Amino acid sequence: MSKVLMKGNEAVGAAAIAAGCRYFFGYPITPQSEVPEYLSRELPKVGGVFVQAESEVAAINMVYGAAGAGGRVLTSSSSPGIALKQEGISYLAGAELPCVIVDMMRGGPGLGSIQPSQTDYFLATRGGGNGDYRLLVLAPSDVQELVDLIMLGFDLADEYRSPVMVLGDGMIGQMMEPVEFKEDLKREAPEKPWATTGTKGQRKPNIINSLYLEAELLEEHNIHLQEKYAKMREKEVRVETYNIENADLVFAAYGTTARIVKTAISKLEEEGYKVGLIRPITLFPYPYDTFKNINPNCKGVLTVEMNAGQMIDDVKIAVEGKIPTYFYGRTGGMVPGPAEIADKAREILGGVR
Amino acid sequence: MAVIFQKTRGLTDVPTHYCPGCTHGIIHRLVAECLEELGVLDDAIGVAPVGCSVMAYKYFNCDMHEAAHGRAPAVATGIKRVRPDNFVFTYQGDGDLASIGTAEIVHAAHRGEKISTIFVNNAIYGMTGGQMAPTTLVGQKTTTSPYGRDKETQGSPIRMSELLATIEGAVFVERVAVDTPANIRKAKKAIKECFQVQIDKKGFGIVEVLSTCPTNWGLTPPEALKWLQKNLMPYYPLGNFRRPEEVK
Repeated sequence: MSKVLMKGNEAVGAAAIAAGCRYFFGYPITPQSEVPEYLSRELPKVGGVFVQAESEVAAINMVYGAAGAGGRVLTSSSSPGIALKQEGISYLAGAELPCVIVDMMRGGPGLGSIQPSQTDYFLATRGGGNGDYRLLVLAPSDVQELVDLIMLGFDLADEYRSPVMVLGDGMIGQMMEPVEFKEDLKREAPEKPWATTGTKGQRKPNIINSLYLEAELLEEHNIHLQEKYAKMREKEVRVETYNIENADLVFAAYGTTARIVKTAISKLEEEGYKVGLIRPITLFPYPYDTFKNINPNCKGVLTVEMNAGQMIDDVKIAVEGKIPTYFYGRTGGMVPGPAEIADKAREILGGVR
Repeated sequence: MAVIFQKTRGLTDVPTHYCPGCTHGIIHRLVAECLEELGVLDDAIGVAPVGCSVMAYKYFNCDMHEAAHGRAPAVATGIKRVRPDNFVFTYQGDGDLASIGTAEIVHAAHRGEKISTIFVNNAIYGMTGGQMAPTTLVGQKTTTSPYGRDKETQGSPIRMSELLATIEGAVFVERVAVDTPANIRKAKKAIKECFQVQIDKKGFGIVEVLSTCPTNWGLTPPEALKWLQKNLMPYYPLGNFRRPEEVK
């Protein structure tokens, strides 16, 4: 299939349809409104359903209903809207329902800004809702990867019976890049014998639920969920690395920020510096083990984020105090440039080349 | 031997957790009988609320979802949009539907979702221990209105059926009570008609059922029924507010 030029948000919609998603429930919010706009136009053409909900809270609860009834379902929003969805996300995790949730992050806290940001890292990886749960969190750095991860996300959601979050930002949602849809357009979701389809008098009722009033049973359920998350940690880590075995300084960055870091790396290499990159593609599960392969004489790991320092907590867990950690971030919707990132690297590296 | 009477297949064979004298049991049975008699039980997907009927998913003998507080109409929307040929209903109390879930019920009605809602109104939060609901009567004492509901600061009770009847997409709206055998028969008739509206794909339907809460009202079951007749019925008049003929 040939490449087409698409805006990130529209590519989300196209990838979802290509992955067999036929149900979307959402609410307009900048900078992701092209997702519902695109799907309101395109889903009816393939026999799908688009519903503009009365709120993000309602939208995520519609997702809960649709996923429980066996539908392949998507919702999308941006930071303040994702905050509103946390109730439903916790219920989806508790009831083990598959769906894909897209967050095109913008500056915060509160109403914040509409410019790109990475302020929802904690919310996405630590669980913004109540209870001990995790989402599979996928972080694309360009529009092609966004398409690939949306499609992968639906499969992972079904495989693990878990909500999956695709964590982008206003930049990736708004920019246009050539993309290719690599997979068969006729994919079908797997059998879901647990779904509510009506008993037809043939089986016992299926119940979609996260309530366990007996503590012993709820603990059992939690143990089951934790075993599932352990399996994700074992099997689903995805990461891109560059030159980490030889680097004097390793960057850690994800999403669009990692692309800006790559430009800074080219500049630093021209100057003779030895620098590397760890770009987590899955934020949960986090590629902790990758950090063990860093050059032991490395002078530090520099985390770059569009926030005040959130992923750096995971970097610190990963290096176990063995390598100094540094942080560079911009907030409020400000995007760090390659020059300022390179300056910070030079400051840490001093004269080392 | 000829069978004179048997329990509806629409209910599972487990004891319920409801307090003695509570009318949830009657309403469950009416809903279950209607599902069975209309031939939709095996295609039914129900949504249970948060509140006293939170465990309704164990009692109805059909596929069920347990929803977050107030969100049952949104959950039902998701189910119905995936399975338009199944029968989808919600069962909600007054804290659930008339307080935390007002947006969801209003907009499910507004979209004309082809779902049916059973709204059990007993003018109080039962499960959490007798707190004030939006439906609590002025002067009624609850654990969060210990001096009686004050109209000045807590407002007047909300009439959901009247409110929903103003919405174009709500094609069936009726308020009933389960205080006497005659009213129970009328309630069943209303529920059946409401369900038929969904089967005929005409739009959203709701039946509000005036119910008792002897435990939190601090009354015996017979006293509670009398209190309902004397206090709830005058403020919440029984009757049909909307049916498909009028909608045309």
